[in-house]
Amino acid sequence: MDQVTGLRCRECGREFPVEALHVCDFCFGPLEVAYDYEAIAAIVTRERIAAGPRSIWRYRDLLPVDDAAPVDLGAGFTPLVRADRLAAELGLGELWIKDDTANPTGSFKDRVVSVALTKARELGFKVAACASTGNLANSVAAHAARAGMASVVLIPSDLEAAKITMTSVYGGTVVAVDGTYDDVNRLCAELTSEHPTWAFVNVNVRTFYAEGSKTLAFEVAEQLGWQAPDHVVVPIASGSQLTKVAKGFAELGRVGLLGEVPSVRISGAQAAGCSPVATAFAEGTDAIRPVKPSTIAKSLSIGNPADGWYALQAIRESGGACAAVTDDEIVEGIRLLARTEGIFAETAGGVTIATLAKLAAQGVVRRDERVVALVTGHGLKTVEALAGVVRPTVTIAPTLDAFDAAVGSLSGLDGASGAPGAADPVPSTVTPAATTQEEPTR
Amino acid sequence: MSVSVRVPAQLRTLTGGVGEVQVEATTVGEALKALDVAHPGFAERLFDSAGELRRFVNGFVADEDVRFLDGLATPVAEGQVISVVPAVAGG
Repeated sequence: MDQVTGLRCRECGREFPVEALHVCDFCFGPLEVAYDYEAIAAIVTRERIAAGPRSIWRYRDLLPVDDAAPVDLGAGFTPLVRADRLAAELGLGELWIKDDTANPTGSFKDRVVSVALTKARELGFKVAACASTGNLANSVAAHAARAGMASVVLIPSDLEAAKITMTSVYGGTVVAVDGTYDDVNRLCAELTSEHPTWAFVNVNVRTFYAEGSKTLAFEVAEQLGWQAPDHVVVPIASGSQLTKVAKGFAELGRVGLLGEVPSVRISGAQAAGCSPVATAFAEGTDAIRPVKPSTIAKSLSIGNPADGWYALQAIRESGGACAAVTDDEIVEGIRLLARTEGIFAETAGGVTIATLAKLAAQGVVRRDERVVALVTGHGLKTVEALAGVVRPTVTIAPTLDAFDAAVGSLSGLDGASGAPGAADPVPSTVTPAATTQEEPTR
Repeated sequence: MSVSVRVPAQLRTLTGGVGEVQVEATTVGEALKALDVAHPGFAERLFDSAGELRRFVNGFVADEDVRFLDGLATPVAEGQVISVVPAVAGG
């Protein structure tokens, strides 16, 4: 039994029943799931959550579904990794990486899709559909296969090869469209009117879909020993994720899982080649002007972000900031995270890390803050971004002489790799003293 | 000149279920106002108090967002299609 009381328009406040509705039929404002928070507060406890599955479904009291058997590939409860080496490079103190590359299809989209398809099935839909920059496509195709639903996925035809393969392998219908994501999204919005029996996860079931992103905030707080961080850095595409991370922290306070509604600064990260929200933030305006995207960060290439305005409000209200980084900085961000923490992120992760670096250098993200950066997708999805940038150090014949000639002379290896026990101590990557729970691993 | 306006499902209650309406207009703004004359109720849904498209309403002419063109002043040619589409999230 869920605790949803209905759907409510964020713009004009009109109320609607729990159906596959995504916009207010009066003002076109987005609809938001409304909950009975008193009823949730009466049942939810940290112990009840801890006894749940190691997935987003441990937070089901705060998700808009009834179904006791969700459409589930195991999304969520990804590692929260203490990042001391990266923190040292950036001049920060306590830094954590929320490693959502560890999700079943390699991105945070599994969180939202698991919720969306569970709700879609509950509402009687047999077909799952979406417009996608790639990660959503992967996840919808996979979860639809898991649920035994048909799928129709629309993507821009110039997506990275891995994202196209990862979508096509699951056997659904994949439609590559010659156009930008914004073109695909517009087509999808029109298709929604013509195919009302299909659940377009980011259109007519978006109201439920978007709620899945709250679990990022829930997990971060739980993994920090039920404490909120001071500052979270979140990538922005449509702006939905950032908005829902803010909602997630607020809900934890509201239902009593944190002592009070926490004060968490939320900062946004965009690519310079698609930065309508960062531009509005820099100019101090409310108006988000659409742009034509041109960046290697294709998963963030939404030139007309539907929730951009709400993301901007959440950033400003929380005392955060929003910045944009160039493609070169994105590649450097990917390499920096990999080199310092052993996490291989896709281009969107490079955007997050490069923006974190920029905001740290500006003193916006501070050394005295407990900081969490969301790394939302796996690097294997966007290897094109590193073509010609990283490669084998040397290529040799299979002989000792060749090895010695090529590698033996490389400086630093022998000093760093000494005898067992003589090496540098490995920096601690365990959870803070406040939490003695086991490290979240998968 | 005669142009068509594609109406999203959310607003078809105003058109008796019809998804495409023919109107006479030379600009996007004129077309949407003509739509309101033919089927009253569109104007208050599509326009804000300043007479601009509401924040979550997108207009397209020949599949191009009118915000990249001249907004409501964007000219339309005989037989062109104007789409009214609610903003959607995704990624």
